[in-house]
Amino acid sequence: MAEVRLNNLSKSFGSIDAVSNLNLTVPDGSFVVFLGPTGAGKTTLLRLIAGLETPDNGQVFIGDKDVTRLTPSERNVAMVFQQYSLYPHLTVQQNLEFPLRSPLNRMEEHSIKQIVEEVSKKLHIDHKINNKTTELSGGEMQRVAIGRALVRNPNVFLMDEPLSSLDAKLRSELRVELKRIQEEMNRTFLYVTHDQIEAMTMATHIGVLENGSIVQFGVPREVYDNPDSIYVAARLGQPRINVLPASLFDESPASAQFIGMRPEQIAQGSGVDTRVKRIERLGDQTRLHLSLEGHDLVTTTEPHTEMLVGDIVKIQPKNPFFFDASGARLRTK
Amino acid sequence: MSFSVTSPSVPVKWISGFLVAAYAVITLIPLIWIIATGFKSGEDSIHYPPKVLFEPTLEGYVNLFTTRTLIPSDAPEIDASQLEWYEQVVHEQGEMIAGPSRYGERFLNSTVIGFGSTALCMLLGTMAAYAFSRFKVPLKEDLLFFILSTRMMPPIAVAIPIFLMYKNLGLNDTYLGMIILYTAVNLSLSVWLLKGFIDEIPVEYEEAALIDGYTRLQAFIKVVLPQAITGIASTAIFCLIFAWNEYAFAVLLTSGNAQTAPPFIPTIIGVSGRDWPAVAAGATLFLVPVMLFTVLLRKHLLRGITFGAVRK
Repeated sequence: MAEVRLNNLSKSFGSIDAVSNLNLTVPDGSFVVFLGPTGAGKTTLLRLIAGLETPDNGQVFIGDKDVTRLTPSERNVAMVFQQYSLYPHLTVQQNLEFPLRSPLNRMEEHSIKQIVEEVSKKLHIDHKINNKTTELSGGEMQRVAIGRALVRNPNVFLMDEPLSSLDAKLRSELRVELKRIQEEMNRTFLYVTHDQIEAMTMATHIGVLENGSIVQFGVPREVYDNPDSIYVAARLGQPRINVLPASLFDESPASAQFIGMRPEQIAQGSGVDTRVKRIERLGDQTRLHLSLEGHDLVTTTEPHTEMLVGDIVKIQPKNPFFFDASGARLRTK
Repeated sequence: MSFSVTSPSVPVKWISGFLVAAYAVITLIPLIWIIATGFKSGEDSIHYPPKVLFEPTLEGYVNLFTTRTLIPSDAPEIDASQLEWYEQVVHEQGEMIAGPSRYGERFLNSTVIGFGSTALCMLLGTMAAYAFSRFKVPLKEDLLFFILSTRMMPPIAVAIPIFLMYKNLGLNDTYLGMIILYTAVNLSLSVWLLKGFIDEIPVEYEEAALIDGYTRLQAFIKVVLPQAITGIASTAIFCLIFAWNEYAFAVLLTSGNAQTAPPFIPTIIGVSGRDWPAVAAGATLFLVPVMLFTVLLRKHLLRGITFGAVRK
């Protein structure tokens, strides 16, 4: 149970600024998802909080304590690594027991047993408990890695794409499970993912990272509905937001350089003519790839549409976002 | 005839099989000859032309562990059936046992010095290799080159300075002196080999252990060492073989007290001149510990030889 506060945090590797002047307060008990493309500094940020990297500048606070100079074990954080990092010479059971047997925890033998059993059941790995970790599938390894974090009782959970290599069914199962665990334990989770469903469903807050800085931080709905820039808007939404020159539409304000429309911000039936280039039938929805004066855009339509490639569709923006030349949002209201 | 890229043709198989067999015979003959000589009688061992078939005897082994004198001509007759089997073997040569030989002692010296220096070398080598592999060491490349450069000349080239140094330090003819010397010679090889093995162990395992509440030393012991065991085992075999077989320094620096087996074995003489079966028996027994050690660790050795070579 702890608030995490980052104060002017900076870390560079050679000439690359992985994290630069980052300020952030993560409220106690919140589930924060960090979004950003590869190289935005997500993993470095988690490693700085864990204590695996020493910042060049700035401080890390966990609770009210300045932990900047403390070792990882003194910070009492749990971390799930992207590469699993399961101890290959130990069995699943021994991997799960490993943190509980550390000098930091020093637990009673019977409670170790009980916790490991509980967690392995929760993650559906109890039947593999005596396997060597090298004999597991990728998904099983990832579950053991998550389990090794969950057996503990840390101040903060750090998770670096923990569900990325699971199949769809397990992923949605564990998504719910992790969220339930977080609410039950009322712990602070910092979570890195590329998966927008994970971000939207699990997060209490989303932090969007760009070049080592937080460019927007807020509740998922707010970040989705009210992005500060094209960059933020492009992080969420499937299909992605369409960004077109503002001049294509008459209603654009004079100062706008770009117009951004998510599929649901495109009304069909009236407005400018577009030609259907491709139709993707996904089952629950159908995606239309449209061409407007040489610009491509993607929107959705009802699943059983009878439209054909080459058809003309009239479209019109519905409460779109406008951006200036730098990509920053222009707020009309 | 069909041509295959993956499997060689029949004549090629025959030729390569023959070459391998020939090589095996060439390398094994001296070894087999030594082992066989150990079971020959003194007369058979120097017989010309050499005897391939002979009547085996334990004379060599009994002589190896005993010192003997000729039975005086005026000595009373002894009932041979009353004697122990080894006494009988000696008796048949017209000799009697005067006492134990020093072979056992020398063998023990070899064991203490060989395994002692190997253990010390592994302890220091693993820690140094870990530091070079994981930490920012100032002048790392230069230091590593310096460590390697200590093996660029044959160690015996510095024999005289070491002899004088050891004399002044009182390390001549001591266990400690020989252990330090063999460790120093082997350490460069160990550091380089072990660094390669430790480099292959992903650093994430230690990071996970650090986060799981362990200190760096604990993480090293609990996570790095078990995974480096392959490399440690194969490096230990190299170190032991060197220290076990080393002859030149042993001749120079040891005599009465800490003498190892290699300088001792050639000096074994019988009652009447050089006792070749005993020398051969001594050499045969001397092979056993290294062979046992290698067989015990061979699972690791085989993995170790390929392990360091493949980049994942």
